Amino acid sequence: MEYRLQFREVWNNFDLLLWGAAYSLILCILAGIVGLALGIIAAETRRTGPGWARMLVAAYVEAIRNTPFIVQLFFLFFGLSSAGLRLSPEAAAAIALTVNIGAYFCEIVRAGLEAIPRGQIEAARALGLRDWRIFRAIVLPPALSQAYPALTSQFVLVFLGSAVISQISAPDLTFQAQFLQSRTFRAFEIYFVVTGMYVAMALGFKLLFAQAERRLFPWKGVR
Amino acid sequence: MMRQFTDERIILLLLEHAQWTALLSLIAFAGGAMLGLAVTVMRVAPSKALNRAGMVYTGLIQSTPLLMMLFLVFFGLPLAGVNVDAWTAATVSLVLFASAFLADIWRGAIEAVGRGQWEAARALGLTFLQSFRLVIAPQALRMALPPTVGFSVQVVKGTALTSIIGFVELTKAGTMLNNVTFRPFFVFSVVAAIYFAMCFPLSLWARHLERRLHGAHTS
Repeated sequence: MEYRLQFREVWNNFDLLLWGAAYSLILCILAGIVGLALGIIAAETRRTGPGWARMLVAAYVEAIRNTPFIVQLFFLFFGLSSAGLRLSPEAAAAIALTVNIGAYFCEIVRAGLEAIPRGQIEAARALGLRDWRIFRAIVLPPALSQAYPALTSQFVLVFLGSAVISQISAPDLTFQAQFLQSRTFRAFEIYFVVTGMYVAMALGFKLLFAQAERRLFPWKGVR
Repeated sequence: MMRQFTDERIILLLLEHAQWTALLSLIAFAGGAMLGLAVTVMRVAPSKALNRAGMVYTGLIQSTPLLMMLFLVFFGLPLAGVNVDAWTAATVSLVLFASAFLADIWRGAIEAVGRGQWEAARALGLTFLQSFRLVIAPQALRMALPPTVGFSVQVVKGTALTSIIGFVELTKAGTMLNNVTFRPFFVFSVVAAIYFAMCFPLSLWARHLERRLHGAHTS
């Protein structure tokens, strides 16, 4: 008996998949933005903060980077709810993604910050700029511009990894795919189309980030 | 019944299943390295068609969620008449996953060696594969080692996703134990700690290698 591929069920329920894709996209973009802020604060703390704060940031970064995202998600969703902090799947997914992306961004931004020559900071100080302005105007832009390629490729990796939030029933693209599969039993067809959607979104991000680089950092020249 | 699961028993059971995580990681990394080497050679070979094929391969896999690869292999191969269990699907997907990322890392290292080395090797009459094996690869290896070790952490963490298609490794053992003991905080803390114990030494080793590499450059 030969299996015949049948995509009708997929196309009939395509709106469901589109909703899931929109959910994945929006959640990851929000997590990326908040995660970038978190990463910058963590990176600066790790460089200039008091000893205990540096230790804390180091522990956070290493704990996240050396454990699987799915375990972080389960710990947050199941573990903390048993300890009294009840989170909805959506909230748990958003927090887990943000905390995860923040740790990776921290390491990447830190490398960027360390590449800033000390002389530039001293020069800014000699000009009478305040610490905050020095950080915002002198240190951060070139640091981010240097970190940009690593930041964006890490973001795409986290976006692809976000498929896992379906496992705590956050209604992302993979969740909708699994839901559709349970109703239609067209597993391969569904996952084939959904994989195509993920690939398209990932490539779209890469293209967009490459285009945005010249706009964001005009001094960088052609890359 | 539930009283059987003391803290020690939970930890022991999790450690026992961590062996599967370790084994799967090793196989995925070794298989990924072999396939990745072939793709690397394709990408630097003196043939536009091969370059492009290698590029499409790495680009496609690097843009696909590992979870989707697991699903596609798990549900797709049976349609082609190949019977797969969770173990096979897990191995195949992880090998593909690792090969694409390793090929990209290694291509970067090879390109850093510089065209002059290729030209010199070819001028000496070596074939493409001889130049690659005898001249380029040994030099690229030094640069490729730190990120390669760093990537092994991603492989170990990637194996956690195989729990979703039902392969019983560390994460799956954790969810199963959680289902019978209702102690998610403890169970997942131990699971995370075991992953950390496997990954952190690799991370440290990668960082050490990187520092040594950069030290060698500046001195």
